Amino acid sequence: MTIDRRTFIGTGALAAASLAAPAVLAQGSPRPRVVVIGGGAGGATAARYIAKDSKGEIDVTLVDPTRTYFTCFFSNLYIGGFKELDDIGHTYGSLAADYGVNVLHDWAVEVDRDARTVTLAGGGTLGYDKLILSPGIDFVDGSVPGWDITQQNRMPHSWKAGSQTQLLKAQIEAMPEGGLFAMVAPPNPYRCPPGPYERVSMVAHVLKQMNPTAKILIADPKPKFSKQALFEEGWQKHYGGMVEWIGPDFGGNNVSVNPAEMTIDIDGMVETVDVCNVIPAQKAGRIAEMAGLTDDSGFCQIVPATMQSRMDEDVHVLGDATNAGDMPKSGFSANSQAKVAAMAVRGALTGSKVFPAKFSNTCWSLIDSDDGIKVGATYEATEEKIAKVDGFISQTGEDSATRKATYEESEGWYSGITADMFG
Amino acid sequence: MGGAVFRRLSLSIGAAALAASLAVPAARAELIGDAEKGKKLFAQCKGCHQVGKGAKDRIGPHLNGIFGRQAGVHEGFAYSAAMERMSNDGLVWTFETLDAYIDNPRALVSKTRMSYPGMKDEQQRADLLAYLRTFSDNPANIPEAEPTATGTDHDLDPAILALEGDPEYGEYLATECLTCHQADGSAEGIPSITRWPEEDFVVAMHAYKNKLRPHPVMQMMAGRLSNEEIAALAAYFKDLDG
Repeated sequence: MTIDRRTFIGTGALAAASLAAPAVLAQGSPRPRVVVIGGGAGGATAARYIAKDSKGEIDVTLVDPTRTYFTCFFSNLYIGGFKELDDIGHTYGSLAADYGVNVLHDWAVEVDRDARTVTLAGGGTLGYDKLILSPGIDFVDGSVPGWDITQQNRMPHSWKAGSQTQLLKAQIEAMPEGGLFAMVAPPNPYRCPPGPYERVSMVAHVLKQMNPTAKILIADPKPKFSKQALFEEGWQKHYGGMVEWIGPDFGGNNVSVNPAEMTIDIDGMVETVDVCNVIPAQKAGRIAEMAGLTDDSGFCQIVPATMQSRMDEDVHVLGDATNAGDMPKSGFSANSQAKVAAMAVRGALTGSKVFPAKFSNTCWSLIDSDDGIKVGATYEATEEKIAKVDGFISQTGEDSATRKATYEESEGWYSGITADMFG
Repeated sequence: MGGAVFRRLSLSIGAAALAASLAVPAARAELIGDAEKGKKLFAQCKGCHQVGKGAKDRIGPHLNGIFGRQAGVHEGFAYSAAMERMSNDGLVWTFETLDAYIDNPRALVSKTRMSYPGMKDEQQRADLLAYLRTFSDNPANIPEAEPTATGTDHDLDPAILALEGDPEYGEYLATECLTCHQADGSAEGIPSITRWPEEDFVVAMHAYKNKLRPHPVMQMMAGRLSNEEIAALAAYFKDLDG
C-alpha cells in the first residue's frame, strides 16, 4: 500500500498540523467552505453544528435531493399506526433560515477529491475545503436472488423512509384474511440492527387488530439478532403463534424471491406470499463509492477521533456509510458522530478548541403499545477503531411501567434528536 | 395605550376562559384534602421544590405562598419561556390551576421544564394541595419546620462540589445530552435539565455515576464522565436558555 495524499492515516501530529494551517487562507476565499452531502441524522446535524458554532465563520452548504426528509427511525411506528407520516417528515427551512445553511435540493453525482469539488446532477459545481459525506446506505446488487431495485413496488424494502414505507403499510393493510407477510432480513452489517424485528412487531400489531389469522415469516441469514430475547419474549406475549423466524440453521440464508409470482423460496421450500418485504444486503451510499472512499467491505474506513476518511483527510464520513467499529448503524450513532466531526472541522478551519471525541448510541424499539425496549452503549476513539466503553440493554420480564416509560422516553428522544438535526 | 389596555383586557379574558375551562363540577371542587397525607405525597416533589421556613429556589421555585401567586413571576427564579408565556397570558395559581398543572403539567403549560409525569389520583392531588396551602394561606405564618428539599441531601465530597466547570467544554459535552434532552427545556418523556442550580446538577449526575439513581442510560452516560466533566456540564446547563 502506498501512502499518498489519498491515503490518510490519522495521527495526532497530522491533526495538529492541519489545525495550525487552515487550508482556506491559501485559497484567498473569504470564508472556509464546508459541503455536506446527505441531510439525515449525520449530515443535517453536522451542518447545523458547524453553522451554529462557527457563528458565520464557515460557509456551510447541505446537499440533499429531498425537500421533506422522512426519518427511518420511527418509520416502523408509522407502519404500526402509532405515528402519522407527517410526524416523521422534516424540512430544512430552519437550517436555512435560522442557521444560514445553504440548502441545495439536488443530487451529488461526482466528487473530485483532487480539485476538491462536488458536481451536482443539476449541473452546478461546489468547491469545498472540507467535505462531509453522510449518504446513508444503498443496496448490494444480487444479494437476494430474484430481487432488484426495479421490483421495489412488488416487494418493497422500505429501508429508506417515505413512499416505500407508505407502500408497505398499504400492502399490509390490504392483505387477505389469513394471508402471509414475509420478510427477507439482511445480513450484517446493515442500517438499524433491531429495525427488522421492530418492523415485524409493528406488522404483527396491525395484523392482530385487522387480520388476526394472518402469519408472519422471517427468513434470516443471521444466527442471532439484536435484542433477540426481548423480541421473542414480546412476540410470544403479544402475538403468540403469529411470527415464525427461520434462521440459517433452517435455510434462512438460502433465499430467493420471485416478484412476478409473489413467491419466496427458502432453502427449496416455496411459499406464496401476500406481502414480501425484502431488505437486501447493504453498502455505503453510492456517492461514497464513486468518490473512491469505500473499500472491499463496501463501507468507508474512518479515523475514530475525527471521523475523517482514512483515504482523504479533507473528507469526513458519517453514519451508516462508515465502518464505525463497535458502533451500530443508527440515527443516534450518526448524530453522535456528526458532533465529533463538526468539532474537528471547526478546529481545522477556524482553530476552535478541539476536545476528545465521545460517542454514544441508544436504540429504542417498540414491540406493542406501551411496550418499549432499548439497548445502548458509550464509545471512545482508539487508534484503530471506535471502541465500546460501557453498555446496557432492557431486561426480559420487565414490568409494564418500565416498558411504558421506555416508550415515552423514546418519544422524548425523537423530539430531541430531530430538533438537534433540523433546528 | 388604548391598544395596550385592550391587550391586557383580552388577556384577562383569556385567563378567565382558561380558568373556566379548568373549572370543575362543584362536587370535585369540594374535595377535602388531607394535609398530613399531602405531606407524604410531597416526597415526589422534594427533588426539585422546597417548601417551609427557609425554603429556597432549587431546580424548581420554592412553593411558599404559591396560592394566589401569578405564575412565573416569583423573583430570582429563571422560568422557562413556556411558563413566562403562560404568566403573560395571566395564569394565576389557584386550587383549580394547580390541580390541573399537577394532574398533567404539559397539558397546562406545554414545554414546561417541570419534569413530572402527573399525579392522576384526584384525591391525592387534593391532599397535596391541602398540604401546600398550609404554607400559603398566611405566608407570614409559615410553620416552624426544616426545608424539605432533598437536593442537598448527599454525601458528595465538598471538593467535587467546589470544582469550577468550564462552560465551553460543557457546551461540547452537552451535545451528547441534547440528543435526548431538549435544549428549550421542555420535558416530554425525558426530563428537562436546563437552568438547574449547578449543585443540584452535580449531585444528580454523581448519583447516577455512583448508581444511586436507577436509570440505566443515565448511569452509563454519567459513568464515564470525570468530576471535571460533570462540573463543566453543570456550568453550561445552568445558563442554557433555549
